[in-house]
Amino acid sequence: MSLPSGLPPERHVLVVLPHPDDETLAFGGVIALYARRGVPVTYLCGTLGEAGRNMGRPVFATRESLPTIRERELREACAVLGISDLRLLGLRDKTLEFEDPEALADIVHAALLELEPTRVLTYYPGYAVHPDHEAMADAVVRAVRRLPSEARPVVACVAFGREEDLRELGDPDVVVDVSEVLDVTMAAVRAHASQTQASLARTETRMAEDEEFRAQVERDRRQRKLWLYRVGDEVVQ
Amino acid sequence: MRAIEREAVQRELDVRRGRPMYLHLETNAGAYARLRDGKATPVGAYVRNGLVSYERGLITGSGPYRVGLKLELGWVYAEGLTDWEVDGLGRLLLAGHDADGGLGVALELSERPFPS
Repeated sequence: MSLPSGLPPERHVLVVLPHPDDETLAFGGVIALYARRGVPVTYLCGTLGEAGRNMGRPVFATRESLPTIRERELREACAVLGISDLRLLGLRDKTLEFEDPEALADIVHAALLELEPTRVLTYYPGYAVHPDHEAMADAVVRAVRRLPSEARPVVACVAFGREEDLRELGDPDVVVDVSEVLDVTMAAVRAHASQTQASLARTETRMAEDEEFRAQVERDRRQRKLWLYRVGDEVVQ
Repeated sequence: MRAIEREAVQRELDVRRGRPMYLHLETNAGAYARLRDGKATPVGAYVRNGLVSYERGLITGSGPYRVGLKLELGWVYAEGLTDWEVDGLGRLLLAGHDADGGLGVALELSERPFPS
């Protein structure tokens, strides 16, 4: 089985991210491609995004109702993308960096042993902006390092940050063409309504006014840049 | 939530006066503040389930609003509040939202601990 979009075939893909909507906004098209090719996808979602700022536009969530709303949105987005196995880790938004990092790694490690994924998707360590993103990425690195080198999955990452910071990483290792699942990905983005209504409205307004911006957004939505993280001893911190 | 009606919120503060209340208090500029504006620093603070009892609790201003709670040994204060509700569990929820619906500040009071 081969994937014509720049992705090698996989036996099982494990996604490890902290917030409902990270899977869609960071990896949506990539996940949808795997699912469409019949690759099983398991998603460990760290929190319910309880501390998010976005409450819908117009506001329809409160600080207290947000977790329930985001869990519902997450389940819908996962169904849309084709994630067959969603596991909620029950941690709390914005607290992951204060947890015991080895305990977080234990959770990922157990999933690696159980599922034996050939590929893990997470944010690129050090280029993830949000402290929760960094903490989950760190948990992945720690967990993968516990495996003997021949049993380690490939860690494929989305890097996130300001353009000048990302330049330090060099060119992406893979640029995935996600055109064929663009409609699916956008449906997943809309499923996360509380988190995406405001930004989608802002983007659409600007797209209507600015032809160059529109072309850029449409290009960006059709490709996903991935960097492979080498989990070797040379990067031990 | 709906736009704050000052008198209604004042009544809700009054009925909770002198009773032990679990407090949720946060300010939240968002973890992505620096991405939007390279000079901005993400700032925020968060208290979930502080136990307080206030002898005076007032809402002031003409919108956005301020709330101050005078405790036996100190104060609780929030500004920039725009919206409110008493939810199905009887909790008083106050929040300040920007034009895009982003929450920048919240002050909430509950008889029972908030889920953590």
